Amino acid sequence: MFRNTIIVAGSGGQGALRVGQMIAYAAINEGNEATWLPSYGAEMRGGTANCSVVISDEEIPFAMVSQPGCCIVMNNASLAKFQAAIQPGGTLILDSSMVDAPVERTDLRVVRVPADVIAEEEGNSRGANMVLLGAYVAACGGISMDAVCQNIDHSFTGSKAKYAESNKRLARRGYELVASQGN
Amino acid sequence: MAKVLMKGNEAMAEAAIQAGCQAFFGYPITPQSEIPEYFSRELPPRGGLFLQAESEMAAMNMVMGASAAGGRVMTSTSGPGFCLKLEALAAMTLTRLPAVIVVVMRSGPAFGTMKAAQEDYRMCGNGGYRVVTMAPSDVQEAAAMVYEAFDIADQYRNPVVILADGMIGQMMGSVDFDRMPPRRENLPAKDWALRGSDSRGGKAQAILFPVGTAHYIEKNIAETELYPALIANETRVESIGVEDADIVLAAYGTASRMCRAAMETLKGELKLGLIRPKTLWPFPYEAFEAVNPKCKAIICPEINIMGQMIDDVKIAAAGRWPVSHVGDSRTDFLTPDAIVEKVRQVWKEVNA
Repeated sequence: MFRNTIIVAGSGGQGALRVGQMIAYAAINEGNEATWLPSYGAEMRGGTANCSVVISDEEIPFAMVSQPGCCIVMNNASLAKFQAAIQPGGTLILDSSMVDAPVERTDLRVVRVPADVIAEEEGNSRGANMVLLGAYVAACGGISMDAVCQNIDHSFTGSKAKYAESNKRLARRGYELVASQGN
Repeated sequence: MAKVLMKGNEAMAEAAIQAGCQAFFGYPITPQSEIPEYFSRELPPRGGLFLQAESEMAAMNMVMGASAAGGRVMTSTSGPGFCLKLEALAAMTLTRLPAVIVVVMRSGPAFGTMKAAQEDYRMCGNGGYRVVTMAPSDVQEAAAMVYEAFDIADQYRNPVVILADGMIGQMMGSVDFDRMPPRRENLPAKDWALRGSDSRGGKAQAILFPVGTAHYIEKNIAETELYPALIANETRVESIGVEDADIVLAAYGTASRMCRAAMETLKGELKLGLIRPKTLWPFPYEAFEAVNPKCKAIICPEINIMGQMIDDVKIAAAGRWPVSHVGDSRTDFLTPDAIVEKVRQVWKEVNA
């Protein structure tokens, strides 16, 4: 049995909610269970936008994550907000091109990914979240890169279809960066 | 159709369309606006009618009209809109018109906040009537209940309320539309429907509102036939481990999911049972007869202050066990941690 509890947090427009959805879709497409819960309210306007994601091969008791096993953080405000909540020994994936505040917790496995820099290199500046998605797969698993890439094809259609190839490339770069670090 | 990931609101709308919903009348309000959005996109191309009314009250009156014309109809709202629909809902129970009303509760009183809550329990059945009130706890169940609600409404000629909450509406979860409840056979023909002409299988005109003695006859029929049949046939509950529980939690909807998380945390510490009413009316009083006589207490977690369902739980407990509430705190709505803390506190008290 596995159960991954994840919080993805950034500022509005960075695509944090989308990363969470992509993880959940991939899990469902592989026959597992998933829940995705957005944080809504005043936080929608500026500040942090975040979502709870749970993926498991069993029924999920509750969709809201208060102590994530993995936290994907896309800006300093989100690091400040969620750092303390991560489970002891949990994983913190940082967009290191956006987050410059120090990580105070010493018990976490910290995965630094220059997602924005990589996305700029690929000429797809809004695709930084896809780099983090790939990094998540390498760091925490529970879903495969095949499922993620299939889902990118499925999600980016019509006028957005032109981003599918580039987004898959970005997700793979995130994956390979973390996989090659072996952590 | 395989398992798909959908928002609760969208899954409820899709289930309604698959159940043959022909018309939707609504008015936007968070956290249920994805329901009218989905209908506006999906229902017209699939042969139905979507209409955004000028207010919640108008939408509900349109539901009454379309139902009187024999249609399968639905509306949805949240607490601040539901109170505006109650006048027409009450009229529909008196005139015995079927419809499905989805209420996606948020935190009040009044306009309140957008956060999920369970504060409209007592709004489902004021004014001398009862309606079947179904309480889903996840996306699959929300879809299944909406799907079945249309048949229940038509079978008994009485509206059905789906009492969901903002978390079920906003969250995405898996739903498999191949796993909907079976369609009910032999539903009564709507020979009372106002279809404009006898040739269309209905009436051209009718006075639906019973007055004078007829009013009391209708109420007597409800008390002696309709409501006993609903209680006998449509009461739903899920019970987990109550026979040997030290403490039993009684909760519905999202609060029951919080209970499941709390039960995981407390595993090994004490034996917790769960009674989860899937229908709030008819309330599953019988389920409490299976509770361990040696059980020390019942705790009723609800996403509100003071508790609302707790009154029915106390009736069911009939003084055999102390019943206490845990709900919203000074800083947040109910959480699994708050349930854990309450259980530990009560356990200490009953063992003192």
